[in-house]
Amino acid sequence: MRDHFIKQLSEEVKTNKDILLVTGDLGFGVFNDYRADFPENFINAGVAEQNMTGMATGLAMEGFKVFTYSIANFSTLRCLEQIRNDACYHNAKVTVVSIGGGFSYGSLGISHHATEDYSILRSLPDMEVYSPSCLWETMEITKALIDRPGTNYLRLDKSNAGFTNRDGEKFELGKVRTLRDGTDLTLISSGGIMTHVLGAAEELEKMGLSTRVLAVHSLKPLDYETIAKAASETKGIITIEEHTVDGGLGGLIAENLLEKGPRPGIFHRIGLRAGFSSVVGSQEYLRTKYEMDQNAIVNKAKELML
Amino acid sequence: MNTEDLALKIRQHAVIMTHLGKSSHVGSALSMADIVAVLYGEVLNVKPKEPTWPERDRFILSKGHAGAGIYAALAETGFMPIEKLKTHYQDGSDLSGHVSHKGIPGVELSTGSLGHGLNVGCGMALAAKKQGKNHKVYVLLSDGECDEGSNWEAILFSSHHKLDNLVAVVDYNKIQSLDKVADTIGLEPFSDKWRAFGWEVVEADGHNHSDLKRAFATQHKGKPLVVLAHTTKGKGVSFMEDTVLWHYRTAQGEEFDNAMKELGASFNSDSGGKA
Repeated sequence: MRDHFIKQLSEEVKTNKDILLVTGDLGFGVFNDYRADFPENFINAGVAEQNMTGMATGLAMEGFKVFTYSIANFSTLRCLEQIRNDACYHNAKVTVVSIGGGFSYGSLGISHHATEDYSILRSLPDMEVYSPSCLWETMEITKALIDRPGTNYLRLDKSNAGFTNRDGEKFELGKVRTLRDGTDLTLISSGGIMTHVLGAAEELEKMGLSTRVLAVHSLKPLDYETIAKAASETKGIITIEEHTVDGGLGGLIAENLLEKGPRPGIFHRIGLRAGFSSVVGSQEYLRTKYEMDQNAIVNKAKELML
Repeated sequence: MNTEDLALKIRQHAVIMTHLGKSSHVGSALSMADIVAVLYGEVLNVKPKEPTWPERDRFILSKGHAGAGIYAALAETGFMPIEKLKTHYQDGSDLSGHVSHKGIPGVELSTGSLGHGLNVGCGMALAAKKQGKNHKVYVLLSDGECDEGSNWEAILFSSHHKLDNLVAVVDYNKIQSLDKVADTIGLEPFSDKWRAFGWEVVEADGHNHSDLKRAFATQHKGKPLVVLAHTTKGKGVSFMEDTVLWHYRTAQGEEFDNAMKELGASFNSDSGGKA
């Protein structure tokens, strides 16, 4: 996703000289071409995320379209108050980018596991939260955010579900995408873990369970209509996220459906419940370890639906 | 209005506003009154009737708790009606205790959590450089605020990027929230620290207007400038001076009357807030 984000940004900056990419001293090798081609649109803020974010706000207030960039929790939690008080409260045109959603940097340890980021960020007023599942969504969101006013968060994942767009599909920012239709069960997810979700849906279909898959690339604002439709048209909903279940995507869906209805027949959240993910390993290893991989999804669906 | 008169007005308003709101931080507002008066009365290139004029100098109060002093300066220089000041800290008001930009012409940045202003100012100064604009960015900090590491991130960044359109001012009254600065986290040798970080440093008597004007006129080509303004917390009201107590206490009853007397003002709570 990271490379496709940069690729798209490089396209956009050709015609939009107000774009500024501000990194917290990370992105080794990734920015080589961007830096060489657009030196005026690149700033290395150093290992100083609080200043990176406050400064980004100042730049944005003067008309720049700023993207702050770092990995895991450094561009988000480290400078959370700057995001809240400076960027969000002043409606500054700042997109906070984190590469390394979930267990993208699984072997590096809990400092590098981004597993609470979007539940925290979605609670901020005047903040929008985007989390693509595939490369097409990554590029389309990047493009759409250039002229989107205000502050937003873009969560990028090391893994991705390839290109999930259909021929001729037109991207609509915020609109939940139905990657697969079904009438028995709905799987709702976000992020690179979508590969497992699509694999599980395939498997469940073979078992006779018609499975719908929804990709939520915008947690905030949430396209509630499409979620509500799934709740009424299918018998149950399972949410899958590489993130804590506390206040995450599943929590978001639950809040909406419980309050506004319709209540789904069956509801379950798959995600991190084990406290700190102190066991390390590759992203795939940790998905299995923390029971959010394809097998875990299939087993949970069987248990609840069959 | 000359800067001395403006400073007196700011002090009178600050005492009255904190009296009416029963709010803290009068000592902080009095401490910076002369700095703010010199800035708004003479240094800053701003247009009160056109608060978002693109060529204006930007001013950020990073020590947001002294917001009453800025609201007073903005009102006295024509950014908003003086009448509005009496709503400070009251139910339903947009004049919050810590300075807010929402609905307040002339306030660039809402602050209140310390260690934010210089970072945003640094971004504004960098933006001006990139856009080839000539205005300056002024950020007023407290001394206690310099404990915040975020400031030092901005201090490093802005000298590295030669932001000579950025001016920091420290209201150096040597008292912070609970104790003397020297007994909390000592800042000395303070000027050496800024200098070592690549800034042009000038020290001034923060209550002497000609000295402040001299300091603000310091040439600092290729470097950001910091004015270390030596001040007295609570300056202008004898019993408020140089004491932690008046970081929090609000003047009521006899204390309020005495403060008004010392500032040469009369005020009747029923008269509609006129100083």
